Parts: sequence; C-alpha cells; structure tokens
Amino acid sequence: MTHQNQHHVISVTVENKSGVLARISGLFSARGYNIDSLAVAETEDPTISRMSIVVRGDEKILEQIYKQLNKLIDVIKVQDLTMENHIERELVLLKVNTQNSNVRNEIIQLVNIFRAKIVDVCKKTLTIELVGDQSKVDAMIDLMRTFGIKEITRTGRIATCREK
Amino acid sequence: MIGAKIIVECLKKEGVEVIFGYPGGSVIPLCDALYDSGIRFILTRHEQGAAHAADGYSRASGKIGVCLATSGPGATNLVTGISTAYMDSIPMIAITGQVATQLIGNDAFQEVDTTGITRPITKHNYLVKSTDQLCRIFKEAFYIAKTGKPGPVLIDIPADIQKSEADFNYPEKVEIRSYKPVYEGHPIQIEKTLSLVEKAERPVILAGGGVITSNAAGELKKFAEKAKIPVALTLMGLGGFPTQHPLHLGMAGMHGTRYANNAIMETDLLIAIGCRFDDRVTGKISEFAPNATIVHVDIDPVSIGKNVSVDVPIVGDAKFVLEQFVNNCPKTNTEQWLKKINMWKEKYPLTYKDTGNLKPQFIVETISRLTDGEAIIVTEVGQNQMWAAQYYKFKYPRTFISSGGLGTMGFGFPAAIGAQVACKDKTVIDIAGDGSIQMNIQELSTAVSEKIPVKVVILNNYYLGMVRQWQELFYEKRYAFTCLKEKQPDFVKLAEAYGALGYRVDKKEDLEKTLVKALNYNEGPVFVECVVEPEENVFPMIPAGASLKEIIEGLA
Repeated sequence: MTHQNQHHVISVTVENKSGVLARISGLFSARGYNIDSLAVAETEDPTISRMSIVVRGDEKILEQIYKQLNKLIDVIKVQDLTMENHIERELVLLKVNTQNSNVRNEIIQLVNIFRAKIVDVCKKTLTIELVGDQSKVDAMIDLMRTFGIKEITRTGRIATCREK
Repeated sequence: MIGAKIIVECLKKEGVEVIFGYPGGSVIPLCDALYDSGIRFILTRHEQGAAHAADGYSRASGKIGVCLATSGPGATNLVTGISTAYMDSIPMIAITGQVATQLIGNDAFQEVDTTGITRPITKHNYLVKSTDQLCRIFKEAFYIAKTGKPGPVLIDIPADIQKSEADFNYPEKVEIRSYKPVYEGHPIQIEKTLSLVEKAERPVILAGGGVITSNAAGELKKFAEKAKIPVALTLMGLGGFPTQHPLHLGMAGMHGTRYANNAIMETDLLIAIGCRFDDRVTGKISEFAPNATIVHVDIDPVSIGKNVSVDVPIVGDAKFVLEQFVNNCPKTNTEQWLKKINMWKEKYPLTYKDTGNLKPQFIVETISRLTDGEAIIVTEVGQNQMWAAQYYKFKYPRTFISSGGLGTMGFGFPAAIGAQVACKDKTVIDIAGDGSIQMNIQELSTAVSEKIPVKVVILNNYYLGMVRQWQELFYEKRYAFTCLKEKQPDFVKLAEAYGALGYRVDKKEDLEKTLVKALNYNEGPVFVECVVEPEENVFPMIPAGASLKEIIEGLA
C-alpha cells in the first residue's frame, strides 16, 4: 500500500492561537519526522486555522504522525488527503534569467502554455507566477532550468478533498 | 478581585489543599494571596524538590499535586520534575510566574520562554494573557491534567496579570472541542480478546502504570483470578497486583524475574494493559513475545503499535475495559501453563548470596517484613530502585513510587515528602542510593521544618552503583567517575546538621533494631545510612538491546 517515503498531504485543523504552530513543528522535530512543506492560514471560521503539511514516511510513521498530532490538545482534526480523492495546488514565484529578447519570447510562450502569468519584467529577469499541482510545478521548473533560474519561492502544497 | 486572589479561588474550587513551591519576584502577588488563604504552602528548598513533591503527592493519593515557582530560574528548575511526571503520566499542575506582559520578549530580568521550554514535556501549557482568562484556563488545566492519559499542565502567569482586576466566575463545565478522551474500549475488540482468552493455552497479562492510574487494581485481580492468567508487571505497574498472589509473576524486563520473562517468551496470548512497551521491558523488540498474539489496552492511541506490533488494539481506560473482561470472562484452561510457571518460580526464584555482610537485598526484605507490605515505598533511580522493586512485597496500588520513564535521580526524597503529605497516616520510606540522595538533599530542611516523618534508607555502597555494574559487566571494570569512596559526606552528621535524626548501620545484625527505631520515630525525617557490600549487582539482568532470553544470572 503505502510505500517508503511516499509523500502525503495531511490537512490539520487547529485552534487559531499563538503557539500552535510551534507545538506542531516541535512535535515533528522531536520525533524525527520530516516535513517537506507546511502552509498555514485561517479558515472560514476565524477561530480555526488549517495546516497543510507534506510529509514523507512509511505506513508506520504516518500512523504515528496521525496519532501524535491528534494527541495535541489544540488539534481539532487530522486528515490524510492522499488517501482520498483530493485537489492539490501550489503557488510558485519563479525568477528566470533573460539575456535577450529571443529568450524572453520563448519563456513567454511557455508561460502561456502552462497558463502561468508574468508578474514582473525587468532587463535581466522575468518573474513568473505559476499555480498547479505537483507535476505541473515540477515540469515548469524543470523547463525553466534551461534558461537559468535565479530564485524559486514556493508556498508549499495545499489541498482539499473533492466534494461527493 | 485581583488575579492572584482569583487564582487562589480557582485552586480552592479544584479542592487543592496543599501547594509545594518557592517564591520569587514574579509570584509575590500570588504568594501574598496564598499567605492567609487556608491552602497549606510547603516551602521546598529548591524548585525541583517542589515539582517532585507535587508529583509524589499525586502518585500516592490520586489527587492532583500543585507546584509553584517564579519566572526564569524558578521555572527552569521545575523542568526535570515536570518531565518526570510527563513520562509517567502523572497529573500535576505547575504554576509559574512570568515577567510582566509588556516586558515579555525583551530579555527582562528572570525572563525565560517557559511555555516554549515546557511544550514537549507537558500535556498542555498556557501563557495567561489577561486576568479574565484565569478561570477558564485553570478549569481547563485541571481537567486536561486528570482526564484521558493524565499528565502535567503548566500555567505561566505574568506578574501584572496577578495584580489586575477581573470578575471571579468559575465555569461549571469544560468544553474543549479538540479534546475528547475515549474511555470505553471498542466492544468488538473486547469480544475478540475474550475469544482469544478462551482459546489460549499460555496466556499472560502484562500490566503497567495505567492500571494504577485508572484505579483498576481490583478489576485486574478479578480478571486474572477468573481467567486464571498469570500477571507480570512493569516497574510502573508494581503494586497493581499483590506480590504474594499465586498468579503474580513479578516484574518483567531488564531486571525482571526469570519466570516473568520466560512466560513472555513462551506465551501465546499477551494481554498488555496500561503499559507502553518501553525498551527496558521488551529488550530486543524483534524477539519479544515471539509466539504471542498481542492485545494492547491503553488510553493513549499513540502507545498502541508504537514499539510492538499489536494484533488487537483497544483504546480505552484500563478500569473500564477490565470490567468488561471480568463480566464476560470465558471458561479457560490454563492449568498446564500455571504448572510450568510454578516450576519456573521454584527453579529460578529471586535470590542473592548471603555472605554474612549487610546486603542491600536483605535490607529491602527486612523493611518489607517490618512494615508487612503496608508502607509506601519511594525510590531514587538505579540499583536502589531495582532492589526495592524486586524484594519489597507490595500489597496495594500507589505504594510503589518511582521515576520509571525518565529515571530521575533525586526524585525519591522530595517525592516521599509529597507522598507523606498526601498520606499522613502511612509509613513512607525512601529507598535511596548514596549518589541520588545527594541530588536533592536540601529537602531535609523542608522535611524538618514541616515535621514530615519520611524515612530515608540510604543503601551506601560508595558507588554510583548501576553505572558501576554496567562498567563491571561491559567495560572491563573501568569505573569511570562512579566511585564515591572517601568523597562522601557523613550522612548521620549531615542529617543532624539539618536537625533530623541520623543512624548508621554496617552490620547485618544491627539492621532490624535500627530500622525499628526509625520506623517508630514520627517527629520528623530520619536517615538510616546502611553501609552495604560495595560491588553488589542487580540480578537477573538482560543487557540493553538483548532478547529476554539472554538473561545474566549473577552470583549476587
């Protein structure tokens, strides 16, 4: 079923209070679990925040993560979305080198194909805003490497389950 | 009402009768409010002592111990005590002062990030941000500390919060949407367990501290007797099943009895109740209970399946689940199995060689005989702890008090003070080592001034004995930093300097009459220093990481 080091997107709803993020990140570091990314913000209910945490691990580790998170008093619900039909998105800001107008045009074409956006232009770089799932983001970053990426800023993945 | 007064009223609402603590700059308002509150304040001589005393108070009584310290060093001195309680799931409230709200984060005098430091060692903690939160926070804190898997909860209260005004409005009920402990085990899993019990040929119960915490010793006994299943205990489970009972197997694990460990290696059904399969119990995990179907009952889902793979997990309270076991107990046939166990018991009893010298095991046996199993035995950590665990004949739960998970040297003496405060009419004996007693020796002053008649029996071998034992067995007798010979204080004079009574025994034949004198003295603490055979070892022993089969039987 679950393979070693498979990525899981865990959605955790928590009390929207100071210190909760520290409790969660502390738990991961103390128990030696790896976080690939973590995104957190308020939900439709301002007293609740949602954390989308991307972790890696086998079934046993995932079970422990699930239980340890649930054990924290401020954690309301823990859901492993990877196990369900879900939607994943990540937002990436990419600064790409553009030595000449040919390169710039080529990049703009690719940006259009990927339905990304150019959000900043200057003499030497283009800044691209890209939203997508893991494979789209990976593909775009990979393509842009050929032009030389100056900087990558990613939000980390967020996810939600599909309504039935 | 000012915050400090509100805190006192909250404590009264929770039935708190005694606080162990130490004053300081950030808790002056609170100490002032406590001064004429009617709540007994026991001034320990170190904050660590306060934390252990509150812990010992909880363990002995089942009530919630409360300790108090000021900000900064006061709070950091509580840390070992809070961790000790956390590892053993002991309900406790730690109240710390904090610098005034507007100073937080400024590196103010005696400021430390107390909630940050204690986050991984508390069940939950709070930094109070306004006086009107106090009532809700205290109500929640006590509720969280004692429910589910119990544990310490810390409340950090800035000095200005203690001085500003709010209404006292103590909530009747607690509502925490994210915290709903489960007590009732799943009925299908319980049924499954009982059908396994019916079929099992060689069942064993392994009971841990959860049985003590949930006051389930009575139910455990009923179930064991009804199903005729022998009971092994973890260190934390001692007292949960009477030592003299025919179904008693004693302690399992590293220094457990040979018959308990044999039983675990051969069992076909291991029913673990309220224990967490610590490495000191399991030995090498891959070879633990190799033939067994494992049922694990625990209030904490995290404990289940963490170390040992479990076939039947039951999340629930030990008492509730055991009641279900008792009420639906099937007919079993374990006669052959019990016969085999009795054969092991006869063949491999706990034993030591009588050399005519004063032996630590003999001291514990004598204490056991003189108190007839009625005393509360508190221990430090190391050889003293293991000999107490092996040789005292416990009758009741909450009569063995020891730092199991964290293994905190210096725990015993202050914890014994707390236990004695909780149980005035009981004899409380701290079985100590010459190393660990010196880790909180300042509490002699507390015991003398509060007239707390704790008996401290120091097994003085002039070594940090347990480490020395490992050095003897695994490090070619290179006794690195473990010899205390000629570096030891005179414990009798030390006791006397504090105004306590002190005795020294170095001959076997003098032991009993000295112990009787100590046991009959109730005006304050007594030290009984016993000069024991210096290189005595704790046996049997299973080396760390080895399988439960690899028992070292020494000629102790």
